[in-house]
Amino acid sequence: MLNPTGSPVVEARDVTVALGGRPVLRGNDLVVRAGEFVALMGANGSGKSTLVRALTGLRPLIQGSVHLFGTPLAEFKERHRIGYVPQRGTAAGGVPASVREVVASGRITRRSILRPAGKADRAAIDDALEVVGLTDMAGDGVSTLSGGQQQRVLIARALAGEPELFFLDEPTAGVDLPNQRALAGALRTLSERGATIVLVAHELGPLEPLVDRAVVMRDGRIAYDGPPLAHEDVHAHHHPFAGPHDHVPHVGSPFDTMSLDPREDRR
Amino acid sequence: MSIAELLDLLGRDFMQRALLAALLTGLAAPAIGTFIVQRRLALMGDGIGHVAVTGVALGLLTGASPTWTAVVVAILGAVLIEVIRERGHTNGDVALALLFYGGLAGGVLITGLAGDGAAGLQVYLFGSVTSISPSEVWYTAGLALVVLTLTLGLLPQLFAVASDPEFARVAGLRVRAYNLLVAVLAAVSVTVAMRTVGLLLVSALMVVPVATSQQLARSFRSTLLWAMALGGVAAIGGLVVAAWLSARATVAPGPSIVLLALTMFAATWPVGVWVRRRRRIAEPFPALGADAPGPHEVEEHPHEHGEACGHPAVQHGDHVDYVHGGHRHAAHGEHYDEH
Repeated sequence: MLNPTGSPVVEARDVTVALGGRPVLRGNDLVVRAGEFVALMGANGSGKSTLVRALTGLRPLIQGSVHLFGTPLAEFKERHRIGYVPQRGTAAGGVPASVREVVASGRITRRSILRPAGKADRAAIDDALEVVGLTDMAGDGVSTLSGGQQQRVLIARALAGEPELFFLDEPTAGVDLPNQRALAGALRTLSERGATIVLVAHELGPLEPLVDRAVVMRDGRIAYDGPPLAHEDVHAHHHPFAGPHDHVPHVGSPFDTMSLDPREDRR
Repeated sequence: MSIAELLDLLGRDFMQRALLAALLTGLAAPAIGTFIVQRRLALMGDGIGHVAVTGVALGLLTGASPTWTAVVVAILGAVLIEVIRERGHTNGDVALALLFYGGLAGGVLITGLAGDGAAGLQVYLFGSVTSISPSEVWYTAGLALVVLTLTLGLLPQLFAVASDPEFARVAGLRVRAYNLLVAVLAAVSVTVAMRTVGLLLVSALMVVPVATSQQLARSFRSTLLWAMALGGVAAIGGLVVAAWLSARATVAPGPSIVLLALTMFAATWPVGVWVRRRRRIAEPFPALGADAPGPHEVEEHPHEHGEACGHPAVQHGDHVDYVHGGHRHAAHGEHYDEH
């Protein structure tokens, strides 16, 4: 629901982010209120993923501030209140892991060190699996699932922590239509339970009816913020691409780091 | 050597100590190794082992206990490897290689200066049963228990960090601290394994049992526990083989432990390939409903599909398709449809 009077859950002011010394996001303000379903849209490289990463603390700000639930991000300790779904490609590692294990790792925000999993943990994991429709596959290895199913596993993992605020980075990218529908169903359930959802999407597809506010990014700035737009208004023509966009062209040597990039001195 | 002689040898004090050290090593190395394999850093243990050679050499040179100098240098090396891996954003492997060769060359050079020559180092490079003193067994046991306690106690946190560092960071875990912990624990288990498997082969005990157990396991937890069990069996078994051969030749325990672990891998690998293939064939076809092009009838069918016909039956939505010569046949009344 569009919620102009609700309490602000995300409050970003003048958010400026640099990647390898190059300012990528510049002076963005964004306020998301409780219960809203916001889609961050825009072309590849427009900065929508970077904005979400800045809001979750994965990208440091060089200017501006982010408050989550009224607390500055650096002091924000109630991590169980947020659920993050990164871009796909990280669900499977070098060792097999079952769907249930990956989903259970989302419970980490509510588990203190050395405390074994309890009844509440198991119930939350079961519920998360059910919402994304993967209960029957709980024992399967994650790497044997299709891309769309792996994406649903990542959503279930975020869900297992029972958060109030979700950040999803391109959950529908490269996902087939039936899985996109399953995904949309899961997000509808979350939204109806009162969760606030901030979602990065290149195309909305089956998510379109759920979105009640669209924020369109263009070249690192918020270009539009309001009711959802038709697909053609966001980008009339585009080419699909594979893999993440590289904002910082680089040539590396063994001890080279991002911040030691010699080209920064010239700019 | 007869069985009675072997049993007599295994009953000796030094052999009992060696067996205990081997068992603990066999349990601890694959436990931390599972996380290292999960993070696709399988050769990290090898690198730490090379760096630890310098540590041993420093011990030989200064007269301090090589175990403790190796622990210190291995930890420093592991932390350095982790920092390079985290900060360097390309070609981290080259930086690691520089460190590995530096460690090995430095170790051999310093041992030469200490006047021990290659023979003094040999014991640490490939393991040695007879040279383990009672106090060293206690060090080894203590360090192995530290590795096992931390690895199994922090399993949920370490799993979250190893499988998706970004998610773990947003979830509020201190990813860097946990990564450093894994590096330090890996360094400790390298030095634990030094006396039995030897520094140059230690990485095998961290990686090979994990590679073996993941042939058949579906979950992370079962991979870890099976890897520990296989590591324990390989370490004990390899030591017994080395003891058995010792009547005829001088055999370091390291190579026999590693070869036994590799034999286990060679035995399970075809099984793993077969199981994964079967699982893939039985994977249900997605039910696309109205989006799929309409089925058409198979004109003539020579036999009736069923359990005994030999064609794989695969779930497809609410019914079963039989895979037959590149086609998917679904029973429809008296005939078969192409699905």
